[in-house]
Amino acid sequence: MADPEIKSYEPYHESRSAAVTESRPAQAVLMIVTFAFLGIFLLLPLIIVFHEALAKGIGAYTHSLSDADTRSAIRLTLLVAAISVPLNVVFGISAAWAIAKFEFKGKAFLTTLIDLPFSVSPVISGLVYVLLFGAQGLLGGWLKAHGIVILFAVPGIVLATVFVTFPFVARELIPLMQEQGNGDEEAALSLGANGWQTFWYVTLPNVKWGLLYGVLLCNARAMGEFGAVSVVSGHIRGLTNTMPLHVEILYNEYNAVGAFAVASLLAGLALVTLVLKTLLEMRYGAELAATRGH
Amino acid sequence: MEVRVANVRKEFERFPALHDVSLDIKSGELIALLGPSGSGKTTLLRLIAGLERPTKGAIFFGDEDASQKSIQERNVGFVFQHYALFRHMTVADNIGFGLKVRHGPTRPPAVEIRRRATELLDLVQLSGLEKRYPAQLSGGQRQRVALARAMAIEPKVLLLDEPFGALDAQVRRELRRWLREIHDATGHTTVFVTHDQEEALELADRVVVMSQGRIEQVGTADDIYDRPNSPFVYGFIGESSSLPVKVDNGEIWLADRPIGLAAPDAPSGEATLYFRPHDVELLDGCSGCIAGTVAASRRVAGTRRVELEIGGERQRVEIELPVDHPAAQKSRVAFRPGRWKLFPTANSA
Repeated sequence: MADPEIKSYEPYHESRSAAVTESRPAQAVLMIVTFAFLGIFLLLPLIIVFHEALAKGIGAYTHSLSDADTRSAIRLTLLVAAISVPLNVVFGISAAWAIAKFEFKGKAFLTTLIDLPFSVSPVISGLVYVLLFGAQGLLGGWLKAHGIVILFAVPGIVLATVFVTFPFVARELIPLMQEQGNGDEEAALSLGANGWQTFWYVTLPNVKWGLLYGVLLCNARAMGEFGAVSVVSGHIRGLTNTMPLHVEILYNEYNAVGAFAVASLLAGLALVTLVLKTLLEMRYGAELAATRGH
Repeated sequence: MEVRVANVRKEFERFPALHDVSLDIKSGELIALLGPSGSGKTTLLRLIAGLERPTKGAIFFGDEDASQKSIQERNVGFVFQHYALFRHMTVADNIGFGLKVRHGPTRPPAVEIRRRATELLDLVQLSGLEKRYPAQLSGGQRQRVALARAMAIEPKVLLLDEPFGALDAQVRRELRRWLREIHDATGHTTVFVTHDQEEALELADRVVVMSQGRIEQVGTADDIYDRPNSPFVYGFIGESSSLPVKVDNGEIWLADRPIGLAAPDAPSGEATLYFRPHDVELLDGCSGCIAGTVAASRRVAGTRRVELEIGGERQRVEIELPVDHPAAQKSRVAFRPGRWKLFPTANSA
């Protein structure tokens, strides 16, 4: 912390008050620490991912990506995201609607429950499904009798992914909807709109940027989830391996180029998500400010 | 459209917001619901609209029982306190919304909706702003758009919740006059909620004064101001002063002196005397008057407000004097209220 003796009282700065201005050395130290951390722990690994992926040239890179098992992993990841993200959108909107617009008993409990996947280790979420749907599990016998396969198959992977991602959309929408209140909906109803029209013309446009933001984060997590999926997938090559699981398998087989090539795709996804998220935040921030304006 | 509120009671989680309220609104009338916050005025408005359902009682539109109808079926124009304009729609789309969401043959073609929006914008004097978004409008303009939007559905009743509450004083006065003009031109039965008595008295045909979930008095501005029927109304509307007095054989006594006012019909006993500070007659000698020591004197706009300490109990009352009146310089002032009213003390609590 800055020594009060050497605190310099500069002329009033536009965005910062002079009273909280640290001395120049203190500022420099803070910035160096921040950049060093970001560089070592984030930027460097990212560079290494791409470096390793392209270590044997672009040919080896594309070759490893065109491998049948790799392609199947990519397809599965896309499929899982394509199922779980829409499910989350539906769940997120209904949960946010219920919590923000109605008063009911157990509301606080529901709000806390939505956060559960954030606080529980993903491995546990996977294990829960094994206990529930596994051969020795609670519903295992019944499922087997009816020929329904959930564990070590696509349905299990989807379920686990839905579980770990389901707070994303809801948590974006709840504060937004709470802030906007019921006024617009009441206005639409008083003008003769039915419930569906009110939702479609009024509620949804009011939250669209928040929703998109939630979908983006949800999608990134759905594609990148490892722990929960790892427990329920069974790691069957070409069948139940998602991209993150495939990366691990390739790496354990000392196929560095293959592992890092797939990893580079995931890293690329992260970067695209980051850019979109920043763009949305700019847009969405303005939207929020407009909300407070009237 | 006549609106009749019949013995309506409304509870929120067993907390009563309205107790047994009845009110008849004539067709084409402009009615103000006036009261302090928590008096139930907004609840009553929302009940008429159908935004809330009564716990008991019924609301009639004409001869029809509207209480079981949804807000969509009631066809009311509701203007919200903060306007609730749809921020992602242009002004024209906001106004046309109520027509656009109609079904089947009742839904006018798009061209007609647009024409109607333009027409209403003319009426609210905002021609040319069709393509603006609500965020690009001033508070007063938003208010006008909200009113145009509510009128687009040709409502049976127009309901306004604190229509001028969020505007500054200047715009508020302008819009008040303008709302009166619109009302006279369109003839909609209109109910508005306000906590501003000046607004209510100036604008409304009749004022409904509410307090603690009950209607205290319904009447014209003259009725309410000159003939308040309860201590609450006397205290709430306009300036008032009050003194604890005693009634004995039709004569009013303050402490141990008669004050020269007769109340032949009043029962003997403790009572409270209410009068308007500006409606007093100053006296020189004092045989039957209220006399007090000047405790403070303030200049308020065109008058001087004098605070008097009366009698041994040091009860304080305010009276208003002309600015240059010599009495303001004196240390003792004697007066007698011009118009006054007596309420038995037991009820005034």
